[in-house]
Amino acid sequence: MRWKPRLLEMELLSSKLPDLSKVPAVDEVGVNERVARFQTRSIKTASKIEALKLILSMIDLTTLEGQDTPGKVRQLCQKAIHLHDAMPGLPHVAAVCVYPTMVAVAKRALGDLDINVAAVATAFPSGQAPLSVKLDDTRMAVADGADEIDMVISRGEFLSGNYSMVFDEILAVKEACGDAHLKVILETGELGTLDRVRKASELAMHAGADFIKTSTGKIQPAATMQVTLVMLQAIRDYYYETGRMVGMKPAGGISTAKLAVHYLVMLRETLGSAWMTPEWFRFGASSLANDVLMQLQKQATGVYQSADYFSKD
Amino acid sequence: MATPENKLAFDDGWQYSPAPESTDHIKIKKKYDLFIGGEFIAPEKGKYFDTVNPATEETLSRVAMASDVDVDKAVKAARKAFPAWSRMKASERGKYIYRIARILQERSREFAAIETLDGGKPIRESRDVDIPLAAAHFFYYAGWADKLEYAFPGRKVKPIGVAGQIIPWNFPLLMASWKIAPALACGNTVVIKPAETTPLTAMKLAEVIADAGLPPGVVNIITGAGATGAAIVNHPGVDKIAFTGSTGVGRIIQKALAGTNKKYTLELGGKAANIIFADAAIDEAVEGIVNGIFFNQGHVCCAGSRLLVQESVAATVIQKLKDRMETLIIGDPMDKNTDIGAINSKEQLNTIKSYLKIGQEEGGEMFQTSCRVPKQGYWCRPTIFTGVAQSNRVVQEEIFGPVLAIQTFRTFDEAIAKANNTPYGLSGGIWTDKGSKIFKMTQSIRAGVVWANTFNKFDPTSPFGGYKESGVGREGGLHGLDAYLKLENP
Repeated sequence: MRWKPRLLEMELLSSKLPDLSKVPAVDEVGVNERVARFQTRSIKTASKIEALKLILSMIDLTTLEGQDTPGKVRQLCQKAIHLHDAMPGLPHVAAVCVYPTMVAVAKRALGDLDINVAAVATAFPSGQAPLSVKLDDTRMAVADGADEIDMVISRGEFLSGNYSMVFDEILAVKEACGDAHLKVILETGELGTLDRVRKASELAMHAGADFIKTSTGKIQPAATMQVTLVMLQAIRDYYYETGRMVGMKPAGGISTAKLAVHYLVMLRETLGSAWMTPEWFRFGASSLANDVLMQLQKQATGVYQSADYFSKD
Repeated sequence: MATPENKLAFDDGWQYSPAPESTDHIKIKKKYDLFIGGEFIAPEKGKYFDTVNPATEETLSRVAMASDVDVDKAVKAARKAFPAWSRMKASERGKYIYRIARILQERSREFAAIETLDGGKPIRESRDVDIPLAAAHFFYYAGWADKLEYAFPGRKVKPIGVAGQIIPWNFPLLMASWKIAPALACGNTVVIKPAETTPLTAMKLAEVIADAGLPPGVVNIITGAGATGAAIVNHPGVDKIAFTGSTGVGRIIQKALAGTNKKYTLELGGKAANIIFADAAIDEAVEGIVNGIFFNQGHVCCAGSRLLVQESVAATVIQKLKDRMETLIIGDPMDKNTDIGAINSKEQLNTIKSYLKIGQEEGGEMFQTSCRVPKQGYWCRPTIFTGVAQSNRVVQEEIFGPVLAIQTFRTFDEAIAKANNTPYGLSGGIWTDKGSKIFKMTQSIRAGVVWANTFNKFDPTSPFGGYKESGVGREGGLHGLDAYLKLENP
């Protein structure tokens, strides 16, 4: 995947912690209503097929288990390349997301293909490690060839109000990433309120995040449409303020095609068409792809096929 | 802030395919007679008028034009039914109302589709708002039927008699339920007239009432225009008039009722202010502005047709509002994705257009969304006016269309002064993150309903009605019973 040049790199390195007291309030009741409204959109026929294919191309196919083996990762990479060859004309996924130790394996398995390797670094998922460890973690993944780094913020520090520490940490990781793109995981399930989600989004973007991401997938609740909407609104306001586009990645808990289509509706009606590409929007998911494939099959043939006709990974 | 370079694009890329609600399941007769005394009977003079789908300008059906003679028949049928109905055991009366509610729920899909075909409102709204709320009103008042003594402790309650009810075209079935449900629960009988542009769901409701087995004459539904309404108002056999509609017609009715013994409730126009403070949740407030003025094409008496926004966030709010407006889909009301349907009638469209002209002539800056509009039918793009003043007509007068007038304010007092500087007083909205400000504002705004951090929310348990030229009396909730009862000391 080719990235646009990052025009504002120098500016970002000299960036300062934003005044978080100026971050607009978020009303949870209103957010719930807006989300419900997105879900009343009826996506049928041609627009559904287009959406399903777009979703496939936006997936970060993920395996983040303690029991992962090189074999498992190679298998995941095969799935990333060959989603369902029985159905011609399908896109491939955007990236494969693995632990840093598996980056080299994934890189070899994907070869020259335009599929990125994303690594979860910075003592994922808890982030409970000293900065030096987090930076080593990041550098190792980048050295092994990771195209994207998914870092976690220090939620404990954020919740205690130590915003400058969290900000500086993101800045340092961003620098350690070099040319790799940085996704900043807010772990919204641990932030507790939508106001904090909004604040953490602003902080991450001002610190240089290329993407902001909801969750590690290890904490419940993971991605919800509510937190994603608040983050999309933060991205929009940041774009109006600075002219810089930031990407969005909801991760965890999106396992059905129907829900993923609702996310696309929300994306379209909040940020518009410019963000409707894998360059600016990703789904972090392990089981979403097969449900999307089943829906595509249903659109083509009129009937659902058993899950046994689709390779698990 | 948005510049031409960083403007968000909503009109290209992935679009939603048409998703029309099917019409296979609905039955519309070629011709509808009057529902009097439990039967469908032809009008005395044999006259009928067309009811038109405003989205296509096609005739849907022909509906009877009731004359004075027909009105007299309907009132006599209601009078005849009154003694038995009012003396019926209250719990039995409740059962009939419950039955109407349940049948409405069961046939909600059909009712939603017909409401949309006849009135032009998006199917999303008739399906999710109009029909469920109409059923909810019947359910709610059915529960009161045998508990009236408890609603007014220490007082003896008695029904009034025959209620003459005249309802508007913006929420046809919902307004019918607001009127009929409390009247029946209190033991009255009813003569009701739907608006001439939207009679079909009322006639379907007549079928439901017949199916529910209500005694003949308890509910009589007659169709016609202004003259039919006047005949109901002036009929000596009517004991109470309930009217929802324009302030102009409300005045005529009040004049006609002066000196008679008839009770009345009037629910009239509005020009509500939606007030946004700098500390509000701005994105949610923008959503509230959209729901306040573009819901039902702005054909809402309590619409938030004036926006008062605090100076320091005005530019941001207007920017976000314009972006949000660009995502609104205008078109076929039967499409499940349509946000803004057709204007109810050609006449109303002309009224709205005249205000668009007036607003520009007064010096207001007009913004309309760039969405495509169908060739056939009556349409108006969502519109906002900025740079308008308190003295402008688009700020003072009820337009009853998707047209918002935006003004700014600096201080709390200025917001209140502007909000209250109107002959109307039906509703208002406040958006702030501060609880104490909400209480201070709600006490200062002279309007019947004030919403805080939301807008256009309705519930059968909550009373609704206006101050000043917005009307007299309350509908809904316990207060809504009062209008249909005589309260006596035991």
